[in-house]
Amino acid sequence: MARNRLKNPNDLGLLREDILNKKALDGHSVKVCCGTGCRASGAEKVVSSLMSEAARAGLDLEVRPTGCQGLCEKGPIVIAEADQTFYNKVDAFDAPKIVDLTLKRGEKIDRLLVQDPITGQRANTEEEISFYAKQERVVLKNCGHINPESIEEYIVAGGYQALAKALSQMTPDEVLSEVKAARLRGRGGAGFDAGVKWEGAKRVKSQIKYIICNGDEGDPGAFMDRSLLEGDPHAVIEGMIIGAYAVGDCHNGYIYARGEYPLAVKNLNIAIGQARELGLLGKDILGSGLDFDIEVKKGAGAFICGESTALMFSIEGKRGMPRPTPPRSVEKGLYGKPTVLNNVETLANIGPIILKGADWFKSIGTEGSPGTKIFALTGRVKNTGLIEVPMGITIREIIYDIGGGIIDDKEFKAAQMGGPSGGCIPKEHLDLHIDFDSLGRVGAMMGSGGLVIMDESDCMIEIARYFLSFTQVESCGKCPPCRIGTFEMLEILTSIVEGKGREGDIERLEEIGVRIQQTALCGLGKSAPNPVLSTIRYFRDEYEAHISKDFCPAGACASLGHYRVIEEECLMCNLCVEACAFDAIIEKRGSLYIDEVYCEKCGACIGVCPTSCIVREFVERPALSGSGKGGGAK
Amino acid sequence: MGECGCKQTQDQSEVFDIDSVRILLEGYRGKEEELVHALQDVQHTLGYLPKEAMEMIADVFNLSFSHVYGVASFYAHFYFVPRGKNIIKVCTGTACHVRGAKTILDGLAGELGIEPGQTSSDMEFTLETVSCVGCCALAPVVVVGEEVSKERTPKRLISSIREAEDGKE
Repeated sequence: MARNRLKNPNDLGLLREDILNKKALDGHSVKVCCGTGCRASGAEKVVSSLMSEAARAGLDLEVRPTGCQGLCEKGPIVIAEADQTFYNKVDAFDAPKIVDLTLKRGEKIDRLLVQDPITGQRANTEEEISFYAKQERVVLKNCGHINPESIEEYIVAGGYQALAKALSQMTPDEVLSEVKAARLRGRGGAGFDAGVKWEGAKRVKSQIKYIICNGDEGDPGAFMDRSLLEGDPHAVIEGMIIGAYAVGDCHNGYIYARGEYPLAVKNLNIAIGQARELGLLGKDILGSGLDFDIEVKKGAGAFICGESTALMFSIEGKRGMPRPTPPRSVEKGLYGKPTVLNNVETLANIGPIILKGADWFKSIGTEGSPGTKIFALTGRVKNTGLIEVPMGITIREIIYDIGGGIIDDKEFKAAQMGGPSGGCIPKEHLDLHIDFDSLGRVGAMMGSGGLVIMDESDCMIEIARYFLSFTQVESCGKCPPCRIGTFEMLEILTSIVEGKGREGDIERLEEIGVRIQQTALCGLGKSAPNPVLSTIRYFRDEYEAHISKDFCPAGACASLGHYRVIEEECLMCNLCVEACAFDAIIEKRGSLYIDEVYCEKCGACIGVCPTSCIVREFVERPALSGSGKGGGAK
Repeated sequence: MGECGCKQTQDQSEVFDIDSVRILLEGYRGKEEELVHALQDVQHTLGYLPKEAMEMIADVFNLSFSHVYGVASFYAHFYFVPRGKNIIKVCTGTACHVRGAKTILDGLAGELGIEPGQTSSDMEFTLETVSCVGCCALAPVVVVGEEVSKERTPKRLISSIREAEDGKE
């Protein structure tokens, strides 16, 4: 459909009314989550089968594909809009029933309703699901509720109102002081005050300034930026335009999106095209005289490009390596010009702050960290997915009230926060109120918001080794502390999990870790030792058990211990034989047996065994004197 | 930081459609900041970056070949050798790792007889890892081509890919 340019804020209001009037009042409509998670579970098939079933039944049905609803674990999710019936784990084969029973007759299909992991009750609507009850959706309010490919739906949901207000009722200085007053801290992880950053760029005299949205979400285990860019791209665009207006002399913006996120790139480009059509990007936006446009840059697979200076070099078409600061980016950034770089979630917060005011924003969260934070809740919890919670919530509330508790009701061991640059939070800090400052005090950090829950069967050393192997591979190699230091630490950690640890390894890790923190060039290096140092701080006994006893208390380190089939419980189903890529499981005299010579201790057999009759057995070996194995620092 | 790929690129005298690359690159002339974008475009067309294509890029941008190769080799998404028909990426993000991605990766490597990062000799399969595809809630996941798959048994995954191929033929 062709769209007419909006010449002033009034036009925007008229357009909104126009769309609302046109909206069909009689037809049925359903929302189908088409975020990445639900797509992987077959959401697109659900959309097409709902459409064809509605046609068969002669029903006037609007099927609206939306962005991520958050409850990815239970996807694909379908919501009937008439009474907000919330169905989970919908299969394409369920479409006829949904059309005939729910849409035509208003009956619920029990099987598809979400079952509460705690009470076992079936929930009819989103409000009744415990996963959503404790959340406060400010940034994610549109995610999963609007079609990200339609600017009209965004406008109906109140989109671009903040921009209209800023351009017509506020001066750039007023916009800036509102953001400063809100004390919005950077949601990319470091928590730097966004208003202060904008002010820094505003103060520098330059004819050309840039604003960049950092969507290079490279942290493994974090997908909040992805979901926002996919599910509500206009919110980020609106935040950027307001930022450009506040900073002044800023006519070009870039959104740097990760190459692994094709859907985000696609939706952003569609959104930018629609905003240009309406005149919300380009020359003389809403008649205010502001000229501003945005371009999407696709990353090429380097984690370091999430670091601000590296990201700017990458946009310039160079190798993405950080440079020493100062000068800070707000003074000399992209192409040597003053540049503001904000995270996706930070920018998505701008609209609500302008619209509702700084005081409203500060009424959520804690004094030092106002507002909400989006976390990607993953690991060993029953409800994994995307959550938005007020700052100051406790880890216990997140795990047990929102996440529905630990899978199989096992014992909680630690929460890993902040990805490869963060640390872990053990059981004794379950009731810690999380915000930027409190996490720093316990040796973790907010990071971008990855929150991985671990239980008694997870080995903390293996987790630390995993994160370090990631940072070691992703280190750009420019500065020796990071290039050599992370490699050294990884060598030591690998030897520990392989049962070859030596006395003094823990102290060596601590020493190298602190050195790297003190001397690395950029944030990646400075924070790389965090997962290791924080696990040593809280789980030193596990390190000692690995080193001195060849024993993994969690029973997770595959190289320690050996595998055995418990004959009495074995059904001889041969699933393990099929799963073993090394042909180590042999049938002998009517029972299965694992040949230690061929066994690579990969654990594939354990994963498929229906009766859990394959066990990894640990033999606590007494420390041998003089074998290089110390008795551990007791 | 991968290993130097010079050797790999030197022995390549692959036949590829030079004209299509030339037409593609004309739009980039004189825009040095678009280098990464141009590399992405060429790779999208050819599936990898042969030496000749990088030389053409260097020529268009008026840069040295070593500069172009230096930028391309910095980023993980650029490949200098042809890849298999089916690209299997095992997600090794945190959630997938915690839920057993390594088991799947080892299983696939054993099944295909290649290490992660390699391509099978019949050019059918390339096995790779990816840091995180943002499907953490469904962990562990494997990406086949562009599709995220929840199939976790290596043998079944490979046979389903082969079946899909046979179906096409």
